[in-house]
Amino acid sequence: MSDADNHQLRVSKIRNGTVIDHLTAGQALNVLAILGIDGSSGDTVSVGMNVPSDRLGAKDILKVEGRELTAAEVDVLSLIAPDATINIVREYDVIDKHRVERTDEVTGVLTCPNPPCITNGDEPVRTRFQVLDAGVRCVYCGTIVHEDLATLINT
Amino acid sequence: MRTEHVITAKGFCRADIETVLDRAAALEAAETSAIDRHPDAVLALLFFEPSTRTRMSFDTAIKRLGGTSIEMGSVEGSSIAKGESLADTVRVVAGYADAIVLRHPSQGAAKMASEFVDVPVINAGDGAGHHPTQTLLDLYTIRKHVGLDDLTIGIMGDLKYGRTVHSLAIALTQFEATQHFISPESLAIPAGVRYDLEEAGASITDHRTLLDILPELDLLYVTRIQRERFPDESEYRAVAGEYGIDLDTLASAADHLRIMHPLPRVDEIDPAVDETDHAIYFEQAHNGIPVRMALLDQVL
Repeated sequence: MSDADNHQLRVSKIRNGTVIDHLTAGQALNVLAILGIDGSSGDTVSVGMNVPSDRLGAKDILKVEGRELTAAEVDVLSLIAPDATINIVREYDVIDKHRVERTDEVTGVLTCPNPPCITNGDEPVRTRFQVLDAGVRCVYCGTIVHEDLATLINT
Repeated sequence: MRTEHVITAKGFCRADIETVLDRAAALEAAETSAIDRHPDAVLALLFFEPSTRTRMSFDTAIKRLGGTSIEMGSVEGSSIAKGESLADTVRVVAGYADAIVLRHPSQGAAKMASEFVDVPVINAGDGAGHHPTQTLLDLYTIRKHVGLDDLTIGIMGDLKYGRTVHSLAIALTQFEATQHFISPESLAIPAGVRYDLEEAGASITDHRTLLDILPELDLLYVTRIQRERFPDESEYRAVAGEYGIDLDTLASAADHLRIMHPLPRVDEIDPAVDETDHAIYFEQAHNGIPVRMALLDQVL
Protein backbone atom coordinates (compact mmCIF):
# COMPACT_ATOMS: atom_id res chain seq x y z
CA MET A 1 0.00 0.00 0.00
CA SER A 2 1.42 3.34 -0.98
CA ASP A 3 1.96 6.20 1.41
CA ALA A 4 -0.79 8.22 -0.23
CA ASP A 5 -3.26 5.39 0.28
CA ASN A 6 -2.41 5.32 3.98
CA HIS A 7 -3.70 8.84 4.28
CA GLN A 8 -6.98 8.27 2.46
CA LEU A 9 -10.14 6.66 3.67
CA ARG A 10 -10.97 3.62 1.55
CA VAL A 11 -14.66 3.21 0.73
CA SER A 12 -15.32 0.00 -1.07
CA LYS A 13 -17.38 -0.20 -4.23
CA ILE A 14 -20.96 -1.27 -3.92
CA ARG A 15 -22.29 -4.22 -5.84
CA ASN A 16 -25.92 -3.20 -6.35
CA GLY A 17 -27.40 0.10 -5.31
CA THR A 18 -27.00 3.83 -5.73
CA VAL A 19 -24.14 6.29 -5.43
CA ILE A 20 -25.39 9.81 -4.89
CA ASP A 21 -22.56 12.18 -5.60
CA HIS A 22 -22.16 15.96 -5.61
CA LEU A 23 -24.65 16.46 -2.78
CA THR A 24 -24.66 19.92 -1.28
CA ALA A 25 -22.24 19.73 1.65
CA GLY A 26 -24.09 18.98 4.86
CA GLN A 27 -27.14 17.34 3.21
CA ALA A 28 -26.07 13.70 3.32
CA LEU A 29 -27.95 12.89 6.50
CA ASN A 30 -31.10 14.60 5.19
CA VAL A 31 -30.89 12.54 2.05
CA LEU A 32 -30.61 9.39 4.13
CA ALA A 33 -33.72 10.56 5.96
CA ILE A 34 -35.58 10.95 2.64
CA LEU A 35 -34.65 7.44 1.75
CA GLY A 36 -35.64 6.19 5.15
CA ILE A 37 -32.22 4.65 5.60
CA ASP A 38 -31.13 4.23 9.19
CA GLY A 39 -28.86 1.21 8.85
CA SER A 40 -31.40 -1.16 10.31
CA SER A 41 -31.67 -3.21 7.10
CA GLY A 42 -28.11 -4.40 7.49
CA ASP A 43 -27.09 -3.18 4.03
CA THR A 44 -23.85 -1.22 3.70
CA VAL A 45 -24.19 2.55 3.74
CA SER A 46 -21.16 4.81 3.28
CA VAL A 47 -21.44 8.47 4.08
CA GLY A 48 -18.85 11.06 3.11
CA MET A 49 -19.35 14.60 4.30
CA ASN A 50 -17.43 17.73 3.33
CA VAL A 51 -15.36 15.79 0.84
CA PRO A 52 -13.15 18.10 -1.27
CA SER A 53 -14.66 18.63 -4.72
CA ASP A 54 -13.31 20.47 -7.76
CA ARG A 55 -16.79 21.44 -8.83
CA LEU A 56 -18.44 22.30 -5.51
CA GLY A 57 -15.54 23.08 -3.20
CA ALA A 58 -16.96 20.61 -0.72
CA LYS A 59 -19.57 17.96 -1.25
CA ASP A 60 -21.26 15.06 0.43
CA ILE A 61 -21.42 11.61 -1.10
CA LEU A 62 -23.52 8.56 -0.30
CA LYS A 63 -23.10 4.96 -1.31
CA VAL A 64 -26.13 2.86 -0.57
CA GLU A 65 -26.12 -0.86 -1.11
CA GLY A 66 -29.35 -2.54 -2.17
CA ARG A 67 -31.40 0.56 -2.89
CA GLU A 68 -32.44 2.47 -6.03
CA LEU A 69 -34.21 5.80 -5.84
CA THR A 70 -37.83 6.32 -6.87
CA ALA A 71 -38.86 9.25 -9.05
CA ALA A 72 -40.49 11.01 -6.07
CA GLU A 73 -37.30 10.66 -4.06
CA VAL A 74 -35.28 12.16 -6.88
CA ASP A 75 -37.73 15.10 -7.04
CA VAL A 76 -37.09 15.99 -3.43
CA LEU A 77 -33.40 15.45 -3.86
CA SER A 78 -33.48 18.12 -6.57
CA LEU A 79 -34.78 20.61 -4.02
CA ILE A 80 -32.13 20.14 -1.36
CA ALA A 81 -29.20 19.08 -3.56
CA PRO A 82 -29.70 20.53 -7.04
CA ASP A 83 -26.20 19.56 -8.20
CA ALA A 84 -26.46 15.92 -7.22
CA THR A 85 -25.61 13.12 -9.61
CA ILE A 86 -27.12 9.69 -9.28
CA ASN A 87 -25.28 6.57 -10.28
CA ILE A 88 -27.22 3.34 -10.38
CA VAL A 89 -24.89 0.40 -9.84
CA ARG A 90 -25.56 -3.22 -10.75
CA GLU A 91 -22.92 -5.91 -10.36
CA TYR A 92 -20.29 -3.24 -9.64
CA ASP A 93 -20.95 -1.41 -12.91
CA VAL A 94 -22.54 2.00 -13.21
CA ILE A 95 -25.44 1.24 -15.53
CA ASP A 96 -27.09 4.65 -15.36
CA LYS A 97 -25.70 8.03 -14.41
CA HIS A 98 -27.69 11.24 -14.43
CA ARG A 99 -28.00 14.57 -12.71
CA VAL A 100 -31.15 15.36 -10.78
CA GLU A 101 -33.53 17.61 -12.66
CA ARG A 102 -35.50 20.44 -11.27
CA THR A 103 -39.14 19.47 -11.10
CA ASP A 104 -42.28 21.64 -11.21
CA GLU A 105 -44.13 19.77 -8.52
CA VAL A 106 -43.29 17.39 -5.68
CA THR A 107 -45.98 14.89 -4.74
CA GLY A 108 -46.32 12.86 -1.57
CA VAL A 109 -42.88 13.37 -0.09
CA LEU A 110 -43.11 16.59 1.94
CA THR A 111 -45.48 17.33 4.81
CA CYS A 112 -47.21 20.73 4.84
CA PRO A 113 -46.01 22.70 7.88
CA ASN A 114 -49.35 24.53 8.15
CA PRO A 115 -51.36 22.54 10.76
CA PRO A 116 -54.85 23.51 9.46
CA CYS A 117 -53.96 22.43 5.90
CA ILE A 118 -56.36 19.75 4.64
CA THR A 119 -53.40 17.50 3.87
CA ASN A 120 -52.75 17.29 7.62
CA GLY A 121 -56.28 16.09 8.27
CA ASP A 122 -57.29 12.46 8.15
CA GLU A 123 -58.02 12.57 4.43
CA PRO A 124 -57.02 10.29 1.56
CA VAL A 125 -54.91 12.96 -0.14
CA ARG A 126 -51.20 13.13 -0.92
CA THR A 127 -49.36 16.37 -0.39
CA ARG A 128 -48.44 18.37 -3.48
CA PHE A 129 -45.94 21.21 -3.57
CA GLN A 130 -45.31 23.54 -6.45
CA VAL A 131 -41.59 24.31 -6.83
CA LEU A 132 -40.87 28.05 -6.84
CA ASP A 133 -37.64 29.84 -7.68
CA ALA A 134 -36.91 29.92 -3.96
CA GLY A 135 -38.74 27.28 -1.99
CA VAL A 136 -41.92 25.30 -2.43
CA ARG A 137 -45.61 26.05 -2.08
CA CYS A 138 -48.44 23.80 -0.88
CA VAL A 139 -50.93 23.41 -3.73
CA TYR A 140 -53.78 23.04 -1.22
CA CYS A 141 -53.31 25.78 1.38
CA GLY A 142 -50.82 28.04 -0.40
CA THR A 143 -48.23 27.98 2.39
CA ILE A 144 -44.75 28.85 1.11
CA VAL A 145 -41.64 27.27 2.61
CA HIS A 146 -38.26 28.78 1.80
CA GLU A 147 -35.94 27.06 4.21
CA ASP A 148 -35.35 23.79 5.98
CA LEU A 149 -37.20 21.72 3.41
CA ALA A 150 -35.48 18.65 4.72
CA THR A 151 -37.44 18.95 7.98
CA LEU A 152 -40.69 18.51 5.99
CA ILE A 153 -39.71 15.22 4.47
CA ASN A 154 -41.98 12.29 5.33
CA THR A 155 -39.86 9.66 6.97
CA MET B 1 -67.48 19.12 -20.28
CA ARG B 2 -65.00 20.20 -17.65
CA THR B 3 -66.59 20.74 -14.27
CA GLU B 4 -66.47 24.36 -13.23
CA HIS B 5 -65.27 24.60 -9.64
CA VAL B 6 -64.97 27.86 -7.71
CA ILE B 7 -62.06 27.39 -5.33
CA THR B 8 -59.98 30.58 -5.04
CA ALA B 9 -60.04 34.04 -6.55
CA LYS B 10 -56.82 33.16 -8.34
CA GLY B 11 -58.96 31.29 -10.82
CA PHE B 12 -60.82 34.47 -11.80
CA CYS B 13 -59.82 36.58 -14.76
CA ARG B 14 -61.32 39.99 -15.33
CA ALA B 15 -63.66 38.75 -18.05
CA ASP B 16 -64.96 35.90 -15.82
CA ILE B 17 -65.65 38.33 -13.02
CA GLU B 18 -67.42 40.81 -15.25
CA THR B 19 -69.57 38.06 -16.73
CA VAL B 20 -70.83 37.09 -13.27
CA LEU B 21 -71.32 40.70 -12.18
CA ASP B 22 -73.23 41.55 -15.36
CA ARG B 23 -75.41 38.53 -14.92
CA ALA B 24 -76.02 39.48 -11.28
CA ALA B 25 -76.98 43.00 -12.34
CA ALA B 26 -79.42 41.63 -14.90
CA LEU B 27 -80.96 39.30 -12.33
CA GLU B 28 -81.27 42.11 -9.81
CA ALA B 29 -82.88 44.44 -12.33
CA ALA B 30 -85.15 41.83 -13.87
CA GLU B 31 -88.83 42.42 -13.49
CA THR B 32 -89.59 38.81 -14.21
CA SER B 33 -88.80 35.94 -11.91
CA ALA B 34 -85.84 33.61 -12.50
CA ILE B 35 -87.80 30.72 -11.03
CA ASP B 36 -87.80 28.80 -14.32
CA ARG B 37 -84.02 28.87 -14.68
CA HIS B 38 -83.13 25.69 -12.77
CA PRO B 39 -86.33 23.98 -11.63
CA ASP B 40 -84.73 20.57 -11.09
CA ALA B 41 -81.46 21.70 -9.57
CA VAL B 42 -80.41 20.45 -6.15
CA LEU B 43 -77.71 22.35 -4.29
CA ALA B 44 -75.93 20.71 -1.36
CA LEU B 45 -74.92 23.05 1.44
CA LEU B 46 -72.11 21.44 3.42
CA PHE B 47 -71.16 23.75 6.26
CA PHE B 48 -68.64 22.38 8.74
CA GLU B 49 -68.30 25.81 10.33
CA PRO B 50 -70.92 28.32 11.44
CA SER B 51 -72.41 30.53 8.76
CA THR B 52 -75.36 32.87 8.56
CA ARG B 53 -75.07 35.08 5.49
CA THR B 54 -73.28 32.71 3.16
CA ARG B 55 -75.47 29.69 3.89
CA MET B 56 -78.74 31.61 3.87
CA SER B 57 -77.91 33.55 0.72
CA PHE B 58 -76.94 30.42 -1.19
CA ASP B 59 -80.15 28.81 0.04
CA THR B 60 -82.21 31.78 -1.11
CA ALA B 61 -80.31 32.03 -4.40
CA ILE B 62 -81.00 28.43 -5.44
CA LYS B 63 -84.65 28.75 -4.46
CA ARG B 64 -85.04 31.91 -6.52
CA LEU B 65 -83.62 29.99 -9.48
CA GLY B 66 -86.33 27.39 -8.97
CA GLY B 67 -84.10 24.75 -7.40
CA THR B 68 -83.90 23.26 -3.94
CA SER B 69 -81.19 22.84 -1.35
CA ILE B 70 -80.19 19.98 0.88
CA GLU B 71 -78.15 20.29 4.06
CA MET B 72 -76.34 17.81 6.25
CA GLY B 73 -77.48 19.57 9.43
CA SER B 74 -75.13 19.86 12.35
CA VAL B 75 -71.76 18.14 12.24
CA GLU B 76 -72.66 16.37 15.50
CA GLY B 77 -75.72 14.77 13.93
CA SER B 78 -74.03 13.66 10.72
CA SER B 79 -71.72 10.88 9.62
CA ILE B 80 -68.81 13.27 10.26
CA ALA B 81 -69.32 12.61 13.94
CA LYS B 82 -68.68 8.93 13.13
CA GLY B 83 -65.30 9.82 11.68
CA GLU B 84 -66.12 9.97 7.98
CA SER B 85 -63.54 11.81 5.92
CA LEU B 86 -64.47 14.91 3.94
CA ALA B 87 -63.46 13.10 0.77
CA ASP B 88 -66.00 10.34 1.44
CA THR B 89 -68.69 12.82 2.45
CA VAL B 90 -68.41 14.83 -0.77
CA ARG B 91 -68.30 11.70 -2.90
CA VAL B 92 -71.59 10.58 -1.38
CA VAL B 93 -73.21 14.00 -1.57
CA ALA B 94 -72.15 14.46 -5.19
CA GLY B 95 -74.58 11.66 -5.97
CA TYR B 96 -77.43 13.62 -4.40
CA ALA B 97 -76.79 17.11 -5.73
CA ASP B 98 -75.90 19.05 -8.87
CA ALA B 99 -73.39 21.26 -7.07
CA ILE B 100 -71.79 21.43 -3.62
CA VAL B 101 -71.25 24.55 -1.55
CA LEU B 102 -68.58 23.75 1.03
CA ARG B 103 -67.37 25.56 4.11
CA HIS B 104 -64.72 23.79 6.13
CA PRO B 105 -62.17 24.77 8.81
CA SER B 106 -59.18 23.31 6.90
CA GLN B 107 -57.35 25.37 4.32
CA GLY B 108 -57.45 23.68 0.94
CA ALA B 109 -60.58 21.66 1.83
CA ALA B 110 -62.52 22.83 -1.23
CA LYS B 111 -59.58 22.20 -3.50
CA MET B 112 -59.26 18.65 -2.21
CA ALA B 113 -63.03 18.07 -2.39
CA SER B 114 -63.05 19.17 -6.03
CA GLU B 115 -60.60 16.40 -6.85
CA PHE B 116 -63.01 13.72 -5.66
CA VAL B 117 -66.25 14.74 -7.41
CA ASP B 118 -67.52 15.61 -10.85
CA VAL B 119 -70.11 18.17 -9.79
CA PRO B 120 -69.03 21.80 -9.24
CA VAL B 121 -67.59 22.54 -5.79
CA ILE B 122 -68.01 26.12 -4.62
CA ASN B 123 -65.69 27.18 -1.81
CA ALA B 124 -67.74 29.01 0.81
CA GLY B 125 -64.71 29.50 3.06
CA ASP B 126 -61.81 27.16 3.86
CA GLY B 127 -60.42 28.11 7.24
CA ALA B 128 -58.09 31.09 6.90
CA GLY B 129 -57.77 30.40 3.17
CA HIS B 130 -60.20 31.84 0.66
CA HIS B 131 -63.81 32.90 0.23
CA PRO B 132 -64.21 33.61 -3.48
CA THR B 133 -67.99 34.04 -3.60
CA GLN B 134 -67.78 36.75 -0.94
CA THR B 135 -65.28 38.42 -3.24
CA LEU B 136 -67.71 38.36 -6.15
CA LEU B 137 -70.36 40.10 -4.09
CA ASP B 138 -67.74 42.53 -2.77
CA LEU B 139 -66.71 43.37 -6.33
CA TYR B 140 -70.35 43.75 -7.33
CA THR B 141 -70.87 46.20 -4.48
CA ILE B 142 -67.69 48.12 -5.27
CA ARG B 143 -68.57 48.36 -8.95
CA LYS B 144 -72.02 49.67 -8.11
CA HIS B 145 -70.92 52.35 -5.65
CA VAL B 146 -67.37 53.37 -6.42
CA GLY B 147 -66.37 51.69 -9.68
CA LEU B 148 -63.62 49.13 -10.19
CA ASP B 149 -61.38 51.30 -12.36
CA ASP B 150 -58.73 53.51 -10.73
CA LEU B 151 -59.78 52.22 -7.33
CA THR B 152 -57.76 53.12 -4.23
CA ILE B 153 -58.80 50.74 -1.47
CA GLY B 154 -57.78 50.37 2.17
CA ILE B 155 -58.18 46.89 3.63
CA MET B 156 -58.04 46.93 7.42
CA GLY B 157 -58.16 44.50 10.32
CA ASP B 158 -57.21 40.84 10.45
CA LEU B 159 -55.45 40.39 7.14
CA LYS B 160 -53.65 37.25 8.23
CA TYR B 161 -56.61 35.00 8.96
CA GLY B 162 -59.27 36.99 7.07
CA ARG B 163 -60.16 34.78 4.11
CA THR B 164 -62.42 37.40 2.54
CA VAL B 165 -59.41 39.72 2.40
CA HIS B 166 -57.19 37.13 0.73
CA SER B 167 -59.67 36.52 -2.06
CA LEU B 168 -60.56 40.18 -2.52
CA ALA B 169 -56.95 41.39 -2.70
CA ILE B 170 -56.11 38.77 -5.32
CA ALA B 171 -59.19 39.51 -7.42
CA LEU B 172 -58.50 43.24 -7.31
CA THR B 173 -55.23 42.68 -9.14
CA GLN B 174 -57.38 42.02 -12.22
CA PHE B 175 -58.53 45.64 -11.98
CA GLU B 176 -55.12 47.12 -11.16
CA ALA B 177 -56.42 48.62 -7.93
CA THR B 178 -54.08 50.48 -5.58
CA GLN B 179 -54.25 48.50 -2.35
CA HIS B 180 -53.31 49.70 1.13
CA PHE B 181 -53.19 47.10 3.89
CA ILE B 182 -53.75 48.39 7.41
CA SER B 183 -53.16 45.96 10.26
CA PRO B 184 -50.99 45.24 13.27
CA GLU B 185 -47.80 43.53 12.22
CA SER B 186 -48.92 40.26 13.76
CA LEU B 187 -52.01 40.19 11.53
CA ALA B 188 -50.42 41.26 8.23
CA ILE B 189 -51.17 39.57 4.89
CA PRO B 190 -49.63 36.07 4.88
CA ALA B 191 -46.65 35.24 2.69
CA GLY B 192 -48.59 33.00 0.33
CA VAL B 193 -51.13 35.71 -0.54
CA ARG B 194 -48.39 38.32 -0.78
CA TYR B 195 -46.57 36.09 -3.22
CA ASP B 196 -49.64 35.93 -5.47
CA LEU B 197 -50.12 39.69 -5.26
CA GLU B 198 -46.52 40.39 -6.16
CA GLU B 199 -46.60 37.86 -8.95
CA ALA B 200 -49.67 39.63 -10.36
CA GLY B 201 -47.79 42.93 -10.20
CA ALA B 202 -50.18 44.41 -7.61
CA SER B 203 -49.65 47.86 -6.17
CA ILE B 204 -49.63 47.21 -2.42
CA THR B 205 -48.46 49.18 0.62
CA ASP B 206 -48.55 48.19 4.29
CA HIS B 207 -49.60 50.58 7.04
CA ARG B 208 -49.88 50.30 10.79
CA THR B 209 -52.50 53.02 11.21
CA LEU B 210 -55.50 54.03 9.15
CA LEU B 211 -55.01 57.76 9.48
CA ASP B 212 -51.81 57.56 7.39
CA ILE B 213 -53.80 56.80 4.32
CA LEU B 214 -57.51 57.45 5.00
CA PRO B 215 -57.82 60.74 3.04
CA GLU B 216 -56.65 59.02 -0.16
CA LEU B 217 -59.13 56.16 -0.06
CA ASP B 218 -62.16 55.61 -2.26
CA LEU B 219 -63.10 52.54 -0.30
CA LEU B 220 -62.32 51.14 3.13
CA TYR B 221 -62.86 47.41 3.62
CA VAL B 222 -62.96 46.58 7.33
CA THR B 223 -62.69 43.09 8.77
CA ARG B 224 -63.18 41.73 12.24
CA ILE B 225 -60.17 41.23 14.45
CA GLN B 226 -60.86 37.89 16.02
CA ARG B 227 -60.58 37.59 19.77
CA GLU B 228 -59.26 34.03 19.57
CA ARG B 229 -56.14 35.17 17.69
CA PHE B 230 -54.74 36.87 20.80
CA PRO B 231 -53.15 35.28 23.85
CA ASP B 232 -54.96 37.53 26.30
CA GLU B 233 -57.94 39.84 26.53
CA SER B 234 -55.98 43.04 27.20
CA GLU B 235 -53.83 42.63 24.10
CA TYR B 236 -56.95 41.99 22.02
CA ARG B 237 -58.67 45.07 23.47
CA ALA B 238 -55.68 47.27 22.67
CA VAL B 239 -55.48 46.14 19.06
CA ALA B 240 -59.24 46.06 18.47
CA GLY B 241 -59.52 49.62 19.83
CA GLU B 242 -56.80 50.86 17.53
CA TYR B 243 -58.45 49.42 14.43
CA GLY B 244 -62.02 50.46 15.15
CA ILE B 245 -63.69 53.35 13.32
CA ASP B 246 -66.24 55.91 14.45
CA LEU B 247 -67.40 59.33 13.28
CA ASP B 248 -64.27 61.02 14.67
CA THR B 249 -62.02 58.63 12.73
CA LEU B 250 -63.81 59.54 9.54
CA ALA B 251 -63.27 63.30 9.89
CA SER B 252 -60.38 63.22 7.42
CA ALA B 253 -62.07 60.85 4.95
CA ALA B 254 -63.16 61.91 1.48
CA ASP B 255 -66.90 62.51 1.13
CA HIS B 256 -67.09 59.80 -1.49
CA LEU B 257 -65.39 57.20 0.76
CA ARG B 258 -67.48 54.07 1.08
CA ILE B 259 -67.04 51.53 3.86
CA MET B 260 -67.59 47.80 3.45
CA HIS B 261 -67.42 44.91 5.92
CA PRO B 262 -68.10 41.22 5.23
CA LEU B 263 -69.95 41.03 8.58
CA PRO B 264 -70.44 39.99 11.28
CA ARG B 265 -68.95 43.03 12.97
CA VAL B 266 -68.24 43.24 16.67
CA ASP B 267 -66.63 46.53 17.67
CA GLU B 268 -64.85 47.53 14.47
CA ILE B 269 -67.46 49.98 13.20
CA ASP B 270 -69.40 52.18 15.58
CA PRO B 271 -73.15 51.91 14.85
CA ALA B 272 -73.23 55.72 14.42
CA VAL B 273 -71.36 55.20 11.14
CA ASP B 274 -74.31 53.13 9.84
CA GLU B 275 -76.35 56.30 9.35
CA THR B 276 -73.76 58.01 7.14
CA ASP B 277 -73.50 57.79 3.36
CA HIS B 278 -70.14 56.05 3.88
CA ALA B 279 -71.76 52.82 5.09
CA ILE B 280 -72.71 50.27 2.45
CA TYR B 281 -72.10 47.04 4.38
CA PHE B 282 -75.71 46.00 4.74
CA GLU B 283 -76.36 46.44 1.05
CA GLN B 284 -73.14 44.51 0.50
CA ALA B 285 -74.66 41.58 2.41
CA HIS B 286 -77.90 41.83 0.41
CA ASN B 287 -75.90 41.63 -2.82
CA GLY B 288 -75.05 38.05 -1.89
CA ILE B 289 -78.38 37.01 -3.43
CA PRO B 290 -78.08 38.27 -7.03
CA VAL B 291 -74.36 37.45 -7.16
CA ARG B 292 -74.80 33.89 -5.89
CA MET B 293 -77.78 33.44 -8.21
CA ALA B 294 -75.56 34.55 -11.09
CA LEU B 295 -72.77 32.20 -10.05
CA LEU B 296 -75.11 29.22 -9.63
CA ASP B 297 -76.78 30.03 -12.94
CA GLN B 298 -73.36 29.78 -14.53
CA VAL B 299 -72.11 26.56 -12.95
CA LEU B 300 -75.34 24.54 -12.92
